[in-house]
Amino acid sequence: MNRIAKTFEANRPFIGFITGGDPSVAKTEEFILEMIAGGADVIEIGIPFSDPIAEGPVIQEANLRALGNGANVDKLFAMVASLRLKTQTPLLFMTYLNPVFRYGYERFFSRCQECGLDGIIIPDLPYEERQEVEEVASRYGIILISMVAPTSKDRIKQIVEQAQGFIYTVSSMGVTGVRSNLDGSIGELVESIKKETQVPVAVGFGISNPQQARAVAEFADGIIVGSALVKIVAAHGEKAGLLLRQYVQAMKEAMAAAASRQ
Amino acid sequence: MDQPIKKGRFGLHGGQYVPETLMNELLKLEQAYTQAMEDAEFRQELNSLLTKYAGRPSLLYHAKKMSADLGGPQIYLKREDLNHTGSHKINNVLGQVLLAKRMGKTRVIAETGAGQHGVATATAAALLDLACVIFMGKEDVERQLLNVYRMELLGATVIPVTTGTMTLKDAVNETMREWTRRVEDTLYVLGSVMGPHPFPTMVRDFQSVIGSETRAQILKETGSLPVAVLACVGGGSNAMGMFYPFIQDEGVRLIGCEAAGQGIETEKHAATIAKGSLGVFHGMKSYFCQDEYGQIAPVYSISAGLDYPGIGPEHAHLYDSGRGEYRPVTDEEAVQAFEYLARTEGIICAIESAHAVAQLMKMAKEFSAQDSVVICLSGRGDKDVAAIARYRGRNIYE
Repeated sequence: MNRIAKTFEANRPFIGFITGGDPSVAKTEEFILEMIAGGADVIEIGIPFSDPIAEGPVIQEANLRALGNGANVDKLFAMVASLRLKTQTPLLFMTYLNPVFRYGYERFFSRCQECGLDGIIIPDLPYEERQEVEEVASRYGIILISMVAPTSKDRIKQIVEQAQGFIYTVSSMGVTGVRSNLDGSIGELVESIKKETQVPVAVGFGISNPQQARAVAEFADGIIVGSALVKIVAAHGEKAGLLLRQYVQAMKEAMAAAASRQ
Repeated sequence: MDQPIKKGRFGLHGGQYVPETLMNELLKLEQAYTQAMEDAEFRQELNSLLTKYAGRPSLLYHAKKMSADLGGPQIYLKREDLNHTGSHKINNVLGQVLLAKRMGKTRVIAETGAGQHGVATATAAALLDLACVIFMGKEDVERQLLNVYRMELLGATVIPVTTGTMTLKDAVNETMREWTRRVEDTLYVLGSVMGPHPFPTMVRDFQSVIGSETRAQILKETGSLPVAVLACVGGGSNAMGMFYPFIQDEGVRLIGCEAAGQGIETEKHAATIAKGSLGVFHGMKSYFCQDEYGQIAPVYSISAGLDYPGIGPEHAHLYDSGRGEYRPVTDEEAVQAFEYLARTEGIICAIESAHAVAQLMKMAKEFSAQDSVVICLSGRGDKDVAAIARYRGRNIYE
């Protein structure tokens, strides 16, 4: 059983996103270890991209800072390899397709495997284009995470048939970013996905505070938080480590307070 | 080669590389588009708008002075600059806005570079009673203030985009983001033969009126087909509209003219075919200006409408198959052509279109006086006059 599946079996994971290389690759590695120390169960590392069309302003700016500071895929592979010597926590890349395409699918996924990466999320690779990387990713044991959105409706069935690891459920319309109110229908969306599959369902987009974490943990198998963490890095730069750890701790406590899945 | 081999594919290129949030909407759009085109009433309504509102058919003008002066072929200009709103953009926009209405949408959004597509979209939205929001890079807003004011006069809201390089590509990013926020009541009226399927096919079909008219007009006037058709290429909508009806005519060379800015040997250009490489961006697989890590490169051209780091997927395929030729044209060459056409024929064309004029000026001697060649004059140049004056050192502002 792979690390992602094991994690979902053991508990309801907190999946924390961070933009790789913001403010530097060395700091990202330190921040990831702090998040893990705070209780993060899965780490999603954003490969910075010049034109992140699914991101709101917080992560857009982090992408530009990271690129401005010289981050690139090779440096992030080296960081993952170094992290893998220190932790068994599942590590995922979140990247637009073009950086993967340009690197070469074969070369990219073989590097993923060598470095000990577990999976990949590609927001501009919908079900229709999945075959682009599916075979090569699976040959190197890298799980390609499927995404479901509030607009997916009758597409849910075909999407989840291919799903592995977990299903990344987009909580609301639009791009990533902190939202003060989550869409009330997210519970129904998760329920409609669960009708079609045994694969765990995690929810992301807009979750930022412990109240939201607790509410979503009532019905989801995991929660994904990105912009709120990236905001801490934006505000505190190199000194963000401890604050990231404390933030994750608070979110984990809120999730633990949610009603048990049984 | 004229039909996508697989859904939305042109050879290797095309596809639907977008977030899941948009997928159902793209499928709905494809279905609505297919049904609309099979509906005689829709086609008639569109045709009526094109003839009675936009002023089609546009003229095919025999530029005799220019032909004689250059000593090459007989040069014909397809006068898309004479359309309502001053460019070819209206052809596509009337189609898409009509389609938006048919789909029950109440609002359209669009990106714009030079402002031509924004003005055209705002115009169609005003006519057909839809709310309209235009995203325009902050830098382009500053370059094209008059077009911004025009859009506002037409009732549209213009949002300056301050992310990234603040030009056309960033305007596309922001319009896509806005569409993922609001697909229910909104259609993204894409301005070029780019983006995810069905846009490249749909925009090409709406723009094909350019080539279809040209083909009939030149046959009527000369009794034979041209040896070449030329058009400027950013995303490539006027070029695709001109080329498409000629693809089966093997004797007709299809020549796309891309923006070489300060020269393809510098970093300041937008010459995607000359300098780009295969990639996946803005929903499509095609050629893009990018670095070794797949970061999209900042591009440059004097022409805001060609200042785009990619090219439509069907053009990429025409290039791969050898059916289309793509040539880089510098700012300086385009400005000279802009001035030449004004002096010689009394026509001030868009600086975008001047790239195609410049390319013919460079290659005129390859043709004989018995040959005819058509240049697509995609837009008029009023919007560019102040910028060209400044390029020539005259401090004129709009």
